[in-house]
Amino acid sequence: MAAATGAVRTERVRSQLFLPAAITGFLALMLGILGFDQFLNAMTLGAIYALIALGYTMVYGIIELINFAHGDVFMVATFVSIGVSTTILGQSGAITDIPTLVVSLVLLFLITIVVMALVGALIERLAYKPLRQAPKLAPLITAIGVSFILQNIIQFFVGPYITNVPQLFPTQWVFTLGESRVPFLNLFVIGSAITLMLVLQLFIARTKTGRAMRTTAMDRDASSLMGVDINRTIMITFLIGSGLAGAAGVIHGLYYGNTTFTLGFQSGLKAFTAAVLGGIGNTAGAALGGFLIAFIEVAAAAFGFGRWGSAIVFSLLVIILVFRPTGLLGSHTGDRA
Amino acid sequence: MSALIARFAPWRARSNAYFAQHRSLGVLVAVVAIGVLLPLLSRIPPFGDLQSMNAWVNAFTIAGIYALLAVGLNVVIGFAGLLDLGYAAFFALGGYTYAIVASPFFDIHLPFWPMLIVGALIGAMFGIFLGAPTLRLRGDYLAIVTLGFGEIVPIVLLNSDPFTGGTNGLGGVDKPVIPGILEFTLINPWPFYVLMMAMIALIMIVVFRLQDSRIGRAWDAVREDELAAESSGVNTVISKLQAFAVGAAIAGFVGVFNAAKLTIVAPDQFKFVVSISAVAAVVLGGMGNPVGVAAGAFVIYLVQSIFLKQLNTLVDNFNIPVLKEVDFLEFQYVLYGIVLVLMMLRRPQGIFPAKRRMRLFKDSEGAGK
Repeated sequence: MAAATGAVRTERVRSQLFLPAAITGFLALMLGILGFDQFLNAMTLGAIYALIALGYTMVYGIIELINFAHGDVFMVATFVSIGVSTTILGQSGAITDIPTLVVSLVLLFLITIVVMALVGALIERLAYKPLRQAPKLAPLITAIGVSFILQNIIQFFVGPYITNVPQLFPTQWVFTLGESRVPFLNLFVIGSAITLMLVLQLFIARTKTGRAMRTTAMDRDASSLMGVDINRTIMITFLIGSGLAGAAGVIHGLYYGNTTFTLGFQSGLKAFTAAVLGGIGNTAGAALGGFLIAFIEVAAAAFGFGRWGSAIVFSLLVIILVFRPTGLLGSHTGDRA
Repeated sequence: MSALIARFAPWRARSNAYFAQHRSLGVLVAVVAIGVLLPLLSRIPPFGDLQSMNAWVNAFTIAGIYALLAVGLNVVIGFAGLLDLGYAAFFALGGYTYAIVASPFFDIHLPFWPMLIVGALIGAMFGIFLGAPTLRLRGDYLAIVTLGFGEIVPIVLLNSDPFTGGTNGLGGVDKPVIPGILEFTLINPWPFYVLMMAMIALIMIVVFRLQDSRIGRAWDAVREDELAAESSGVNTVISKLQAFAVGAAIAGFVGVFNAAKLTIVAPDQFKFVVSISAVAAVVLGGMGNPVGVAAGAFVIYLVQSIFLKQLNTLVDNFNIPVLKEVDFLEFQYVLYGIVLVLMMLRRPQGIFPAKRRMRLFKDSEGAGK
């Protein structure tokens, strides 16, 4: 009996250790294959994909809607961040004074996240909530419509050009690690993304609202009977998901320094692939998937298949959906796929 | 007046009964009537003042391409209830099939007419190729898979320069020829127009006959309740595959015409927005109603390419300072967005609802998810 319990415990420890070990091994392998610069590049891109993927996976987990407009919420966020930087903060380039930089970045993130959270909640209220009881394809079609409308609003007010985003964080700040030059910007991007993801995990795991979100995802009717306000919970999910897309938008602007109104479609589709790869409905999986997709894309570019990068990612999407719709980490909704 | 109508009532009842029996003949009569009426209508003010008759006929031909795409997509969405977001891929495959064997690129010049059939077959082949592994997926996952496929095809076409000409695509595609009688030209839009009308008649007849056939009834069953259909002996996988193949075949067929009409194919012509314009036409017209979706496509095309253009000139004439800066042609994509959102929220069954009850998009009992 004791031996059996011991075996079970060993098994559980082994399965708990497997994932971190696999991730470490994968990262080491990628570092070896890609070299340090490309590795850092992939990690940064992965942070952005992961933040967007979280919004897809949370919304899908809770109302089983592929929120097609989510990529465009991210795109709008890049433009909102331009507005915040230039109009509210009055900055158009790098800030080298450290206290000013910190205050500006905090404000930039806060304002953009709040604005995008409100936009996301507004979209949910106007376009998805009336279709809560309708069959699933109806809100999906509405979501595609919202995606086109968001793109055109930006195209109308900003124009169809590639627009420069003020890079508040100085790109020339680097330190050397062995033979490589490491920009602080990359570390800042990866660090802030991972911080946000950890905060999200804690929020979902520890708070009352987080618990309401988990139960609603599991069984909406039962949660409702237990006193969970379903509409409020769904709205909060949209607030958080869109807020994270807002953060991703800020990060994209700081890192790449430009944006355009069609940015959301491809990024959104790749982030959705990441969410599916990790196991849709599973927040840890979405983060993992985001980094994996970024590594695949960067590796494809590094080996001279840059033009095929998107095709490889989308083929992967098709293959996962066909052969393992539950994704790598599994999910509660996947079994019905 | 009412007496006059009453006098014709028995005649109308008899003709209705006749065309209910002879549906294909009815389609033929209707298409000929519309085909004659449209150019005449375009002469009446205010339409006649907008552009020349030849320009109108040309616009109607292109509108016909969109209408046929909507009719084909309607087989997938409206009949079988499968959301396909990558429909433009099959359209592209048909077009490239013809362009590769009928352009100076490889200096092969196969005739147009048999290639229409080949294009349809290639489309159907890829439809089955994509559908076979993916059709067991649930509706929204299938939508995303087709969307992924719709993205992959243009990328592959773009990057396979030795076969597809890359970014530039394939130019100088042969126009149709009826040996010894008629050569199609770019200057004269009428032969293309007549051919388009013939294609519409053909596709409509095929689609109506399919809808009433055993296959069509199986589609109805699968769409309304897959489980019930399966337990009644419908092979749901085969049934969905048939819908996918028929839809893709129509897209391939129209793709060949499109390549011959434009005399060029390029990856840019087959972007996501083309798939969405077809979805918007189906949603606007009324899912499951072939005539409705064709009308929906027609309306969308005319609004986006004629009306918005005219709005530009109109505003320029009035010299309103703020609006003068606005290029209304940029609004054509927002049109799709607004159509999709408003129709889904307000009238999910479309402007011309299908006669058979559809639970797919309107579901009063809250069942059948």
